[in-house]
Formats: sequence, C-alpha cells, structure tokens
Amino acid sequence: MIGLSHYLILSGILFSIGLIGVLRRKNLLMLFFATEIMLNAANIAFAAISSHYHDMAGQMFAFFVIAVAASEVAVGLGLLVILYKKYGTLDLDMYTVMRG
Amino acid sequence: MENLVYIALFAPLVGSLFAALFGMQKKNAITGIVTSMLLFISFVASAILFNHVMTVGPVHVRMMDWIMAGDMLIPFGFLVDQVSVTMMTVVTLVSTVVHIYSNGYMDHDKSFNRFFSYLSAFVFSMMVLVMSDNFLGLFIGWEGVGVCSWLLIGFWYHKEDVSREVNPSISPSWAANEAFIMNRIADLGMLIGIFILYWNIGSLQYDVVFAALPNLSDGILVAAAVALFIGAMGKSAQFPLHTWLTDAMEGPTPVSALIHAATMVTAGVFLVIRANPLYSMEAVHWVSYFIASLGTFVAIFAASMALVNRDLKRIIAFSTLSQLGYMFAAAGLGAYWIALFHLAAHAFFKALLFLGAGNVMHAMDGELDIFKMGGLKKVMRWTYLYMGLASLALSGIGIAGIGFAGYFSKDAIIETAFNEHTYILWVILVVTAGLTAFYSFRQVFLTFHGNERYHEIGAHPHEMYTYVLIGMSPLAILAVIAGFFQDWFEHFVTALLPEYHMSEHTHHLSWILGLIVIAFAVGGIVLAYVKYNRGLKRNEKLEHSFVYKLLANQYYIPILYEKIFSQPYAALSKFSWAVLDQKVVDATVDGIGHIIKSTGDNTRKIQTGNLSDYLRWMAGGALLLVVIAFVAFKLSQGAN
Repeated sequence: MIGLSHYLILSGILFSIGLIGVLRRKNLLMLFFATEIMLNAANIAFAAISSHYHDMAGQMFAFFVIAVAASEVAVGLGLLVILYKKYGTLDLDMYTVMRG
Repeated sequence: MENLVYIALFAPLVGSLFAALFGMQKKNAITGIVTSMLLFISFVASAILFNHVMTVGPVHVRMMDWIMAGDMLIPFGFLVDQVSVTMMTVVTLVSTVVHIYSNGYMDHDKSFNRFFSYLSAFVFSMMVLVMSDNFLGLFIGWEGVGVCSWLLIGFWYHKEDVSREVNPSISPSWAANEAFIMNRIADLGMLIGIFILYWNIGSLQYDVVFAALPNLSDGILVAAAVALFIGAMGKSAQFPLHTWLTDAMEGPTPVSALIHAATMVTAGVFLVIRANPLYSMEAVHWVSYFIASLGTFVAIFAASMALVNRDLKRIIAFSTLSQLGYMFAAAGLGAYWIALFHLAAHAFFKALLFLGAGNVMHAMDGELDIFKMGGLKKVMRWTYLYMGLASLALSGIGIAGIGFAGYFSKDAIIETAFNEHTYILWVILVVTAGLTAFYSFRQVFLTFHGNERYHEIGAHPHEMYTYVLIGMSPLAILAVIAGFFQDWFEHFVTALLPEYHMSEHTHHLSWILGLIVIAFAVGGIVLAYVKYNRGLKRNEKLEHSFVYKLLANQYYIPILYEKIFSQPYAALSKFSWAVLDQKVVDATVDGIGHIIKSTGDNTRKIQTGNLSDYLRWMAGGALLLVVIAFVAFKLSQGAN
C-alpha cells in the first residue's frame, strides 16, 4: 500500500535533486529546470497532504504554484534570450560584473 | 505713563537693531545720529518718569507673563520707583552724551556702525537690569550687560596678544575674555542667591520677596545675602575679582566711560541698594559690615595702585574701583541713599574724566603714557577745563556747603563711617580721599602742565571736534552742581530707601570732620602740584624701590592669578585634551568605526558577482535555519 510517507519521501528526494541542480549547474537554462523540479516536489507534497487530510486547500495551492511557475518561466526565458544576445553565453561564471 | 516706560526701555533696542542693519557695511553717519537721537528720546522719557515718580508715585507695569510652569509664575514686569528712575535717568543721560561723543571719537573707525549697535544694546540691557520688578529680569539684564561689555572690550579683537611687560592687558580679546570669565564666576553666586530666595519664598518679585524676609531663618538670610553679594562683587569689580576692570580699558574710551565707569560697574551697588530690606535685616548685619569693610579696603587698595600708574585710562579705572569701594562702604553701613547719591554723582564726573581722557588719547594718536605728554593745556583748553573740573569733583573739593559733586557725596560717606563708630574705616576712607586727590592731580599736571614731552614721540596734539566738546558739557555742569541737590535727592529717594541720619554728636562735629577730609584732599593736590607742575623729574631710586614696583605691578595679583589659576587650568585642559579626549574618548569612537570598516573589508570577498556562490550561501543559510528550528522544536518538547 502506498501511504502519505511515500509521497513525502518522493517529494523530499525530488526537492533535493532540484536543490543540488541549482547549486551545481552553471548553465542558466539548467538552473530553470532544477527550480521547476523543486516546485513540483512541493506540489506533490501539497497534493498528498491535501488528499490525506481531505482538505482541498493544498490542491488549490498546487494549482496556483503551477500557474505562477508557468508565468515565471515565460518571463525568465525572455530574460534568458536577452542575456544570451548580450553575452553570447548562458554560463553563470561569465556573469560576474557585480564583483565587490 | 505705561507708554513712557516702554519708550524709555525700548528706544535703545530699536537704535541697536537699526545700527545692526548696517553692521557689516562701512561707516554710515546715520547710525550714529539715529542711535543718539533714540537715546535722547529714552532720556527724555526717563526724565518725565522721574518727574512723575516725584509728584505722583512709582509706576509698575506688567508687560506679559514670561515663565509659567506648574506653580511657577514669573511675569515680565517693570518697576519705575525712586531707585530705578534715578538709575534710568543717570544711565540714559550719560549714554546720550557718550553716544554723541562716540560720533566724533569713532570717526575714523571702520566698524563705526557695529560700535553703535553694541553700545545701544548695552543701554537696553542696563535698562532691563534697573527696571525689572523681579530678580530674574534683573539677572537677564545683568547677563546682557556682561555680553555687551565683552563685545565692546574686545571691539578691536584683531589686535595681537603681546607679553604682559609690553601691555598689562595683553590684548583686547584677552581682556574681554578675562572680564567675561570673572563675571561668570560671580554670576554663579548671584544665581545661587536667586535660587535660595525662590526655593524658600516661591517668588522672585521684589515686593513679595521683601515682604517674606522676616519669616525666613537666619541661616537662609545670610546665605542669600552672601550669594547675592558675590554676584555684586564680580560686576562691581571688588577684590578679589577686580583685575578685569583695569584690563577692560583695552576697549574704546567711550566704552570705558559708559560701561566701566558710569553704569555697568555700579550694577553691583545697585543690587545691594535694591535688596536693602535683605541687607538691613538684623541677622545679616555682619554681612553688611563685611561689605563695608571690603569696600573700604578696595577704596585704599585701588587708590594705592593708581599712585604710580603711568597709563591715563588705567589711573581713572583704578579710581573707579576706589569710588566703587566708597559706595559699598556706604551701602554696607546702611546709608543706602548716600550710596545711590555717590553712584549718580560719580557717574557724571567719572564719565567726564574718561571722555576727557579719550580726547587726549585722540589727540596723541592713541598714546596713553602720561610720562610722554605734558603741556597739553595750550592746545586742548576745553579738555583741560573738563578734566580739571572732573578731577576737582573726584577729589571732593569744597567747603562749608559749597563745592563740587564729589564733595557732598564722598563727605557724606566718610561722615557715615564716623557716625557708625567704625573709626578704622573712617581713617582709611579719609586717607584714601588724600590719595585720590594726589593721583587725580598727578595725572592732570603730568598731562596738561609742565614741559612738552610729546615732541619726543612726534605727536601733533589737537583739540577734539567742537560738537563733541559741547556734547560733553552736560556732564561738566552736573559734575559741578550735582552736589547742591543733596537734600532734595535725599527727600526723593528716602520715600523708598531707609532714611539715614547722622547722630547729634556727629552733626556737631561734622564741620571738623569735613575740614579733616578737605585738608587731606588739598594736601594731596598741593603735593601733586609741587612734584609735577613744572614737569616730570624721574626719581630712579624711588622707581626701583620695592613698594613702587609692588604698586606698579598691581601687587603682582594678575601674575599670581596666572600662576595659581590660569596656568594649572591650561595644563589640566591640555591633559584632558591630549590624554582623556584623544586617547580615551576619541580612541573609543574611532575604534568602533575601525571595527565596522575592517569587518566590511574582510567580508566583501563574499560578493563575487557569481550567482552560484550566492545560491550556495542562500541554501546554506536556509539549511541552518531549518536545523535551528528543528533543534529549538526538540528542545521545547524536551522541556515539556
């Protein structure tokens, strides 16, 4: 039988994968993918807990997150395009203009 | 009548503000004329008020409520009674003459307008001082005259400091600071006296305070009397706070005439006269006796220093000190109206003497050493006449009820000393009268008689402008005739001040007492005539004697003060600056700055500009927060 804890462990694993991706990857596009994984890890947790407690609020939140993530990706990709045009690369190590 | 009070009081203020408008500009004759006119208006208003007080009675106006806090109510009111109206008339009369005089004297000064602004501001402060109906208003005026005195002594502030051997006052700014600081010391005493009165009575109005005096304990009365007198000692330059007055001669001569002879320095005497119900109390009789003794001591102490001085203005300054001593002697012995009478008479002839000295100084291009003058009577006949009259008045020349102003007022003081059976004071005062006559005429003869020594320094003396000489004439007339108003004046002021009558015994002896005083005064003049009339003959042996040097150096008191107070204080200040301030206070403040700056320097490496690094810091921080929250949760569960 698959219980709540299985979902939460899955969510935790996915979140960790996303976090490691954010920390380790140098390509901005890959960073976006990693954040999407983290967001969806949270969605899984929301949906699972909502189902467990028979409370729709969690699922509503998951929908919100999906909608916000979609618009965020739209804006983020637009910015990426501009950055690529300006620097010719998406490598984070090349963007150190704010060095103190 | 109320309007006249305000006109008398505020006309000088208006003049001062008007002149201040032109303060930074070059000489504008209108400032001198307008301020003089306004002063004259103030004088006329005071004279009408004088007549009103004489015929109708005192005027008491309450302009506004000044301080209201809880139970404390101090109104801003003005009291024009016999004492204050006398002071008002004297102050405005002398001020008017001095203003007119200054138009000529300050003619070539580039700060002409500024001078008149200060001078009128002084008169306003002095009017507040004498007219206030409470101790706090008096204190405001008291401080106001102090500030104006400081501004005017240091009027030529740009002069460099020189050594004490070259100029005993060092420099105008030095002298101004000395005067101000010495007065601050005394003002603390005055403030404490005011606090004592307020603390115990709950009001500062003169009438309330004086009515409440009999209910106070002896200790409080003595404390208040002593504290107030310390304030008076500073303003009236009584020993040991006397050194500032002679150094104040660094100011322009009209200032010396108005502030440091006729008006401001008499404020201390005025305070004692004003507070006469306090000083007449049985409990404080020894304080009053101390005042009389100190006054007598200062009279002879200052006169002795004047005997050998060579500086024209300083001689007159010492004589001012000496005459202030006489006034305190009279006030201390309970003869308040005589003190006030001498105050008024002295104001006239002393201002005249100073203005005459100003003429001489103007003629001699600023030279003040009487050893370098001589024979000036040929070129300065009017000044000679004025100074001669003023010196006769100062010496108290007169006989059998006819004489100069000083004859009446000073004789009355000396007679009071006899009447009170304080024979030691009497002897000292009589001797001082002889010394006074000697140094006054030593100065007159050395300046105006004898050989013309001024050729040696290349001076071309000339008489002062005619309008200035005419302007001085009211003072000359009063110096001659003021004494004849003695009985009338006594009748006028004893409506307010306690009456003072000589005993039958003294009355019988008064003619012989008067004769003794006159003998001393004439003796002094004759001695001065014999020694100095034909010219200056230096006596090297005398000038090198110990006593002469002691007197010429003012008993070494200024040097003593410098060694005991100024130098240790300067050393202490230097220590505080170099060690306490720089090494402790500054080091602490700077240290805090250094810590913050080095923290910033060390941590700015974090800001690499690389997004990955920032994300790592963020993740690390978030993880740390989660761990802390987890630990705190566990701990709180464990506690339960």
